[in-house]
Amino acid sequence: MKRFGKLTSLTVAALATATMAMSGGAQAQSDPLKVGFVYVGPVGDHGWTYEHNQGRLALEKEFGDKVKTTFVEKVPEGADAQRVINQLAASGHKLIFTTSFGYMNPTVRVAKKHPDVAFEHATGFKRDKNVATYSARFYEGRHVAGLIAGKMTKTNVIGYVASFPIPEVIRGINAVAIAARSVNPDVKIKVVWVSSWFDPGREADAAKTMIDQGVDIIMQHTDSPAPIQVAESRGVWAVGQASNMSAFGSKAHLTAIIDNWAPYYVARTKAVLDGTWKSGDTWGGFKSGMVQMAPYNSAIPADVVALAEKARKGIIDGSVHPFAGPIKDQSGKIVVAAGEVAPDGMLLGMDFYVEGVDGKIPK
Amino acid sequence: MNVDFIIPALLTIITASTPLVFAAIGEIVVEKSGVLNLGIEGMMIVGAIGAFAVAVTTGDPTLAILAGALSGMALAFIFGFLTLFLLSNQVATGLALTLFGIGFSALLGQNFVGKVFSGLPKLNIPGLSDLPGIGPLIFGQDVLVYLSVASAVLVTWFLSRTRWGLALRAVGENHNAAHSIGFSVTMIRLAAVLFGGAMAGLGGAYLSLAHTPLWVENMTAGRGWIALALVVFASWRPWRAFFGAYLFGGITIIQLHAQGFGVDVPSQILSMLPYLATIIVLVLISRDDTRARLNAPACLGRSFHASG
Repeated sequence: MKRFGKLTSLTVAALATATMAMSGGAQAQSDPLKVGFVYVGPVGDHGWTYEHNQGRLALEKEFGDKVKTTFVEKVPEGADAQRVINQLAASGHKLIFTTSFGYMNPTVRVAKKHPDVAFEHATGFKRDKNVATYSARFYEGRHVAGLIAGKMTKTNVIGYVASFPIPEVIRGINAVAIAARSVNPDVKIKVVWVSSWFDPGREADAAKTMIDQGVDIIMQHTDSPAPIQVAESRGVWAVGQASNMSAFGSKAHLTAIIDNWAPYYVARTKAVLDGTWKSGDTWGGFKSGMVQMAPYNSAIPADVVALAEKARKGIIDGSVHPFAGPIKDQSGKIVVAAGEVAPDGMLLGMDFYVEGVDGKIPK
Repeated sequence: MNVDFIIPALLTIITASTPLVFAAIGEIVVEKSGVLNLGIEGMMIVGAIGAFAVAVTTGDPTLAILAGALSGMALAFIFGFLTLFLLSNQVATGLALTLFGIGFSALLGQNFVGKVFSGLPKLNIPGLSDLPGIGPLIFGQDVLVYLSVASAVLVTWFLSRTRWGLALRAVGENHNAAHSIGFSVTMIRLAAVLFGGAMAGLGGAYLSLAHTPLWVENMTAGRGWIALALVVFASWRPWRAFFGAYLFGGITIIQLHAQGFGVDVPSQILSMLPYLATIIVLVLISRDDTRARLNAPACLGRSFHASG
């Protein structure tokens, strides 16, 4: 299966390059900047990849014929990705966004061979002279979603459809647990790992399973809208992932954490055009607009909406931190003392569950 | 631990298993006729988009199911034409069919991403469907679930009890002998391939109409390959394929439940379990060489030409 994925991706890359070569001829002296995007899912996933593609479209809108964008979708993480990234670099792309955690090592390796190309890797931690990293503080959104969930749950069990046990995902689970328990100390979080970012059938099965076990709010850190749909048909609540998923379950959809990459993509492209691009790390949240909340469901009581909005504004002005102490891990040990907040280093490497999360992290 | 979850868990197992039942039983008929079609995944995904597109456009579940079967069949016809008339290599053609199906379905599906269909209606017999426990399980399913059970019964009966079933098996066992007594090997195989395509299409239709009533690219996520393994697992017997599909679906769902209950087993191992179980059974049945051979059609994967 993996090999087929690669073949398809390469074909798409080749086609995209060919199309660009044809249309590029019409442009006069100032050649447009070629910007490449590597996506892990299909652009039609209505989640993670969809939002990255929205960012790409924003680039085209902003810069018009000064840029030419190419995207390759459904690129498997790992060795296959390296060929795709290399292909983009070799075909004249001067700025390449690789938009999944698993592209980290391939991106760094390709970047060494193409020192004149600027690389931007999403959600990773390895940087180089020409490799910058960027991510969003999704946990800020999860904090707000967690507050709402804590208030809305009747069974006091929140279900979480999770992909892979990496710090990014664990951080989200913990953010929800801390927020939900701050307004409702009886809440527990049930986590089911589906070992995939995108498998609608499994995600749906995982959601059904947890609803059968008494969960009345489904959250997810996977990319398909299938869990929302299950929540809608079973009459429980759900929180969307990465983009507004209310089309898949308007009654169930409490809100969604929306990734908004457009401002960052525009800023970084402008930097390359101006010759001011530098490597670095960006971790934006509500404040920079990288994370947004989808409209709140009208079934949420006004006081809960007010609570959520207060937290969101508090995070923007710095008066609220989703990982403010005291935070206890599952064994009851204090990991963040009262009056302190978890440092970014701890958040980036988070490998433990906080109190209130059921089960153990798969090792 | 309360037991209230058992009935809902069984319901989930049915939805996880039904697509596999369709695809595996269809492939048994194909392979019994001596043709190896590795394109199940491709036919399933095209069936999924075909059914979903018609469901969204017309809102008619019956038409949607028909469209799913016909879409799978159309793709199977390409395979049948290439392998039976142009005598192309079955393995290569089947693999190509999967690649083509995945790409083609993505193209067809562009305008259907994000569209919503309310799902297949469920059977509702007043009195029976409301029975506690078994009511929703036995009397509250959608038409495709009943069709999948019926297909296991009918295909078993067809293969073992009918003249045409015997002819189909004869063609699969020894196509030269079958040809010499006057059977049209090519036409019988084509019929089998088309049936297999329709069944794979129904499996795909179940995914996009009932399991997760939506369209997303690649939504079959490898189920076609599992169906292919189930055929060997079942040693080409429809009933065994039926139970194999439920075993696979069952383990998949049980591992999700185990995680939800916080059973302390690494979830990666639990995710592996269904596949592991399939491999173990495959190893066990293929240890007994003669028995495995008894069931495998002797002409499986071999092209036939009347002059040969």
